[in-house]
Parts: sequence; C-alpha cells; structure tokens
Amino acid sequence: MIGQDPIAAFRVEAGELLEQIEQGLLDLGHRLDDRDLVDAVFRGLHTLKGSGAMFGFDALANFTHHCETAFDRVRKGLAPATQELVAVILSAQDHMRALVDGDGKGLEATGDAILARLQAAIDGAAGTPVAAVAEAPAQGWRLFFRLPPEAMANGSNPLMLLDELRELGECKIVARTDAIPPLTDLVPVECHIGWDVELRGDISRDDIDDVFIFVMDDMELKIEALAPEPAVETVSLPVAANDAPPPAEANPASGRPAAKAGESVRVPAERLDELMDRVGELVIVQSRLSQLAHGSAVGSEMALRSISEEIERLASELRDTMMVLRMVPVATLFGRFRRLVHDLARDTGKTIDLVTEGEATEVDKTVMERLADPMVHLIRNSCDHGLETPEERIAAGKPASGQVRLSAHQQGGEVVITIRDDGRGIDRERVRAKAEAQGLIQPGQVLADQELLQMIFHPGFSTAAAVTNLSGRGVGMDVVKRTIESLRGAIDIKSAPGEGSTVTLRIPLTLAIIDGLLVRVGEGRYVIPLAAVEECIELSLEDDLRSRGRSFITLRERLVPFLRLREMFETGTRPDPHQKIVVIATGAERVGLVVDQIIGSHQTVIKSMSALHRDVTTFAGATILGDGGVALILDVVQLVTLGQHQEERLRAAG
Amino acid sequence: MQEQTTTQWGADGALEVLTFDLQEETFALEAIMVREILDLLPETIVPGAPSLVGSVVNFRGKIIPIADLRLAFGMPAAEATVDSRIVVIELETESEALQLGIRTDKVHEVATLMRDNSEPAPAVGLRWRRDYVRELVRTQDGVIVLPDLATIFRTFLGAGDAAALSTVH
Repeated sequence: MIGQDPIAAFRVEAGELLEQIEQGLLDLGHRLDDRDLVDAVFRGLHTLKGSGAMFGFDALANFTHHCETAFDRVRKGLAPATQELVAVILSAQDHMRALVDGDGKGLEATGDAILARLQAAIDGAAGTPVAAVAEAPAQGWRLFFRLPPEAMANGSNPLMLLDELRELGECKIVARTDAIPPLTDLVPVECHIGWDVELRGDISRDDIDDVFIFVMDDMELKIEALAPEPAVETVSLPVAANDAPPPAEANPASGRPAAKAGESVRVPAERLDELMDRVGELVIVQSRLSQLAHGSAVGSEMALRSISEEIERLASELRDTMMVLRMVPVATLFGRFRRLVHDLARDTGKTIDLVTEGEATEVDKTVMERLADPMVHLIRNSCDHGLETPEERIAAGKPASGQVRLSAHQQGGEVVITIRDDGRGIDRERVRAKAEAQGLIQPGQVLADQELLQMIFHPGFSTAAAVTNLSGRGVGMDVVKRTIESLRGAIDIKSAPGEGSTVTLRIPLTLAIIDGLLVRVGEGRYVIPLAAVEECIELSLEDDLRSRGRSFITLRERLVPFLRLREMFETGTRPDPHQKIVVIATGAERVGLVVDQIIGSHQTVIKSMSALHRDVTTFAGATILGDGGVALILDVVQLVTLGQHQEERLRAAG
Repeated sequence: MQEQTTTQWGADGALEVLTFDLQEETFALEAIMVREILDLLPETIVPGAPSLVGSVVNFRGKIIPIADLRLAFGMPAAEATVDSRIVVIELETESEALQLGIRTDKVHEVATLMRDNSEPAPAVGLRWRRDYVRELVRTQDGVIVLPDLATIFRTFLGAGDAAALSTVH
C-alpha cells in the first residue's frame, strides 16, 4: 500500500524489533556468554535507534542510544553481560515500547530512572577484570576483513571501504591473496581478496563498524585492538543470507518460536497467492460482464446468469481464502509467555524452564487473542502455586529448576492446549478445607477426586494461604473457565500430588481450517477430519455379510469395530456395491466408519452450525464444497459415543 | 419465560409484513425480519436434527438451517413446486443474529396489516398448537396467520436466547 502511514509502518516494525530484542534478552539471561545473542540484541537496538530517529521518534532514539551504548560495551567485552544488565534492558525495552506507542510525554521520569539503573548495572559490572583491562583507550586496531565473493555483484565496492578506513587515521593496508583460486577457476567478477588493515590513532570501535555497516552481515571481519592492550577481542560475523537475521537464527539449536508481529498478521505467501488467483478470476469475470453490458442482446440472459453464478462462487471463495488468512500459529501466543515466566521466576526466586511444543498449530487470530488472558492466569498459577522453591524441590528429590510445559496440537476438530508443571500438585486437603469454609460442600461430604478439583473453578476460590502479587486473589480460575467456555471450549484439570498439575484446554476450531477426507454416505457428503483418519480399506462382501451379527473386522491381528454411517444417518438408500471403511482413531481406540464412497481429501474451512442445530453433536460444523453444496464435518468422538448409545438401544430392544 | 411473543404494531396500528402460503393457509412475517427471498437451493440433510429444521443450505457462504413450518402446523411435508421459495429471515438472539430459511409454497407480497383487524388465537376451532400462533389478522382475502417463531424454535435454543427472541417481534 503506497498511502500507508509511515509512522504506523514504523510502529509495526518497531514492535517486531522489540519482540526480537526481548526474545534475545530472555535467551541471553540463560546463556550470558553467548556472543551471537549479544550481537543480535545489539543489532536490534541499533536498528531501532536508527529507524526511530528517521521517523521522528527522538525520545525513543535518545533513550535507545543509551541502552545501545551500554550493550555495545558488552559486545566489545568492556563489560560482562550480567543478569542485572539483562533485567534492566528488559525493563528499558518495555519503556521503549511505551515510547513507540505514545508520544513520549510524561515518560521522562521513568526513562531517567531506568537509565540510572542501567548506569549502575554497567558500573557494577565494570569493576570486574574484563572491563578493567579494556578500559584504556585503544591505541589502534588491527583488522582483517574479507567480503563475500558476490559482494561486487551486490553493489559493494571494496575500494570505497578501504578509502573510508584511510579517512579514520593512519592506515596500513595489505591485501591477502591466499584465497584467490587458480586462474582457470577464477570468475573475474567475484571478490576473493581479503585485507589486513592496521589502523593507528584514537579511533573508536564504532567508527570502524560504521564503515562496514552495510556489508557487515555477510562479511568476515576480525577486529583486534593493537598493543599495548593485551585484551583481544574477536567478533566474527558468520555469513547469514538475510540482511537482518532475527535472533532466532543466531541459535538454531534452542528450538525457538517463529518470529511474531504486533497487530500485523504474517501470512504465508501461498495463501496470498491463492487470494491473488481469486482476484484475478474476479477481474476476468468483471471484464466479461462489461463486455456483455456493451454488446448485443442475443443470448445475453444466459450469459448474465452464468456470470452471476461465477461471481457468487468467487465471492464465497474470496471469503474462504480471507478466513484462512486469519489463522496464526500458536507460536505467537506462546512467545508472549516467555517474558511472563522470566518475570515470574525473578519475582518468586524460583528457577523455571519454559518448554513449548507444537507451536505450528494454527488457531484463528480472534480465538488466540481471547486465549491470552486465561493462559496468563494458568501459567501464573503453575509458577506461583504449583512449582516449589529450589530448596523444596531438591528436598523432594526433583531437579532444582521447575518446568512449565506448554503444548498445542490439533485433535479432530479441536485445538488442545496443555499447560503442565512438575510442581507439587494441587493440595486436596486445602481445596477441601477451603470449599467447606466457603460452604460449597458439606464437611465430610464424599467427593470424587475430579469433583474436588473442579472446586477451584468456583468464583472467589483460592487455595493460596497468602495473597501474593502474582496470584491467590481468587479471581483467576472462574474467569478462565468462563472465557474458555465462551469460546465453546472446555477446561480440564489433572493433578498428582508431588508430581504436578496439567490443565488441558480444548478449543473448537470454529473458524479454523482442517484437512479433511470427503466421503459420501447415501446422498450426503461428509468430511472426516484427516487428523483422526488412520487408513481406508474396502469392506469386503464377506465381512459385510458376516457382520450382520457383529460389526468387527480384523485388521492386522486386531479387532476393529465399525459403525455403518448409512444406518446411523438413516439415509434410506441402498448401500454401494463397494463400501469402504475409514478407520479413525479416537484416543487409544480405533473405530471403522463404513461409507459408500471416498471422494478424496478436502481442505476445509469449518463453518459453525446454526444455533438451531446446537443439539446435534455429531457434527463439528459444516463446510462449503466447490460446487456450492454443503458437507457436514463429523465430530468423530461424539459420533462414536452416539454409535455406542444406538447399539445399546438396539441390544436392549432386541 | 414461556410468555407469548407480542406483536410490535406501529404507532398507527399498522404492520408491514411479507405474506406467504403454506398449503392453503396464508402466513405473514414482519417485513423487517426478511433478508432475502430465494429460489430453492440444494439442501443438505442433517442426520439427527429435528425434522422441523432438518436441513441446511449454503446461503452466501453461511450455513443456515431451513425450517419447514408446515411440520409445526401439523401439515404434511410436500414436494416443491415451481412457486416454492425460501424466505431468509434474521432473528436477533442474545448471542448472535440467527439466520434461518423458511420453506414456503408461494410468496405473495409485502402487505400492511392493521391492528384493528387482528385477534388472538381463539381457544377452540384451531387445529394447531395455540402458542404457535401470535395473532390472526382478517383481510379481504381471508385470514392471515402470524406465527410465533420464538415459541416454535424455543426448544432448539437455549432459554435465554428464546427469551431475547420474543422481545424483538
């Protein structure tokens, strides 16, 4: 969009940068000596400062400059990265966010306080030997650099870089030719020469970096301070293809979430292509329509009708494609909790590891937004109530650091999100005492374990002996439950004393996309979520006849019961000669569904059923097929349950 | 909760309605509720759903149920004719706007009914459930029935939704 507000564009960009910085800082908190992370954070701050100044966010640029300077010292080894520094920069990062979002008024005091803390953190660190050695001004630098072979093709000119270095001070440049290939293999437009440069004079490291700023990401660069300083510093920048590698790439081993965006949604290019295709078709139809409007009247009625149908189809497809664009991976949600857990660990004095799984699972953007608050509550509960202090954990024979595990996966028509901790579990006695005190249950009343656990969802219920800053005010769980239910989801809690608790959220994919298997039963078409499908086999005539009495087939030495959908749905049609069985897995069980025909796989935009069909639980929703028809999406779990009921009735009647 | 829906007559005692036929009876619904009148669409039967709302159609990318009011008024289900149409209406419920197609044998016109000509359903002489009828309105061509959709669909909706439904009429 050409007319886009540059300020808004900057805010989006700044939001992403801040997220990158935050993730980098959080990782740095765990691995203080990881140079790649230090560099990544520094680059983020640097870019933020630069673009902030460019768009007139002067307060932001100034403030960020101080943080950048502080971090630069870490980068150069003048000061070590410390937990305090990371914590200060994290809070500074929050302040930057405020500066990005607002006009900076009334924030000066906060900013100054943070800068004072920053100074303290840096000064405190400066007392350490690393800094002491490096404190003296540099006498000069020895550097070696080599540009990537394609540098000249990309528009870099090494001569200009050398000229710029010369301008910095007294300069001795020696070309290193060892990497030049033999003449036969030499491609003349590639740059194979490296340069050794000795720079003398009072030159700051920044000045040198500025020379290389545009090529820095791809090049090989070694910078050493000249004697008399013994401190040797090597910053080697590994080749990275992107012009601004996100910190995630700096450490591929740590299995991090994908990059996130603030209010913008990242859309996979193929989905945009799909949208583009639809728009292309629309343009063609539009030109047909205008041709018709200007042309002769012969047969125009038919043509008009066909165009109208075409447009109708396109419009609905466009909407479907749009809906797909709304899907975002839960990584965006999980990423937010890293900071939360970091802060909780700091506030509680516990060591907490956050492990995330299944971040690629996609959920509708709106659902995701509404899930954020309940999940914050749940994670707080886990960290604050669930996990023990390191001492208690060691005493209980567990590793000192507690673990909170977030995982997401799709199961049938639902997204299942679990929050699991390995803490002390829910104290049944306390829950009971509290419930009795609040008059929710009678003293001594016998309750199933699950019923007792459900008590914590009661409004105003809290088992925390003391109300802390974090949780224990009893406003959590009932709100969580309400929110999940408003998403038509369910919440389930399991807890083993001493082993931890697991909260499972099941959110239906109301707007979500699933891959489905399109089948035909009688005259109706149905979609079976592909995630539940194990395999498809043919129902042999033999099995079909024999199974009048028992509906089982033997599949790889195991009995698999099956349900005849034609009978369950009372289609009143004759079975196809070659019926198929779709074997589905519900939990540990495998069940076969007998269908008349398997049409194929089908990407499905789930549309919710009308409120009038709320009682028909067999279907998770419906979808619109290419021909405009409607196919119902089977809720396999409910279907199997219903099948059991029907059979029980039959047995009772028979 | 179970009170009948009251008709919101205009200040001048008039009500704009769309009139349509089911068998030999003429029914009317507030014109303001009507979204669209469609030719019959290919319907998808929902197994296990009550026969009153036994199928769904794709209405501009939305899945909407098709209601056969004939069944609520004890008429036999009938084959479609060339005059058959679907009247898409929108009911406001507590949680959402509920769109719904009503299968009709013939759609007549948008007419103005007068309150002075209307009467509540009589206690005797009615084959139908009395609470399904809001009012009977006399016109030159005969009697027009104003059905009580809230009551008819109440069983399928949560009680709260149905209560909200009855206030819009």
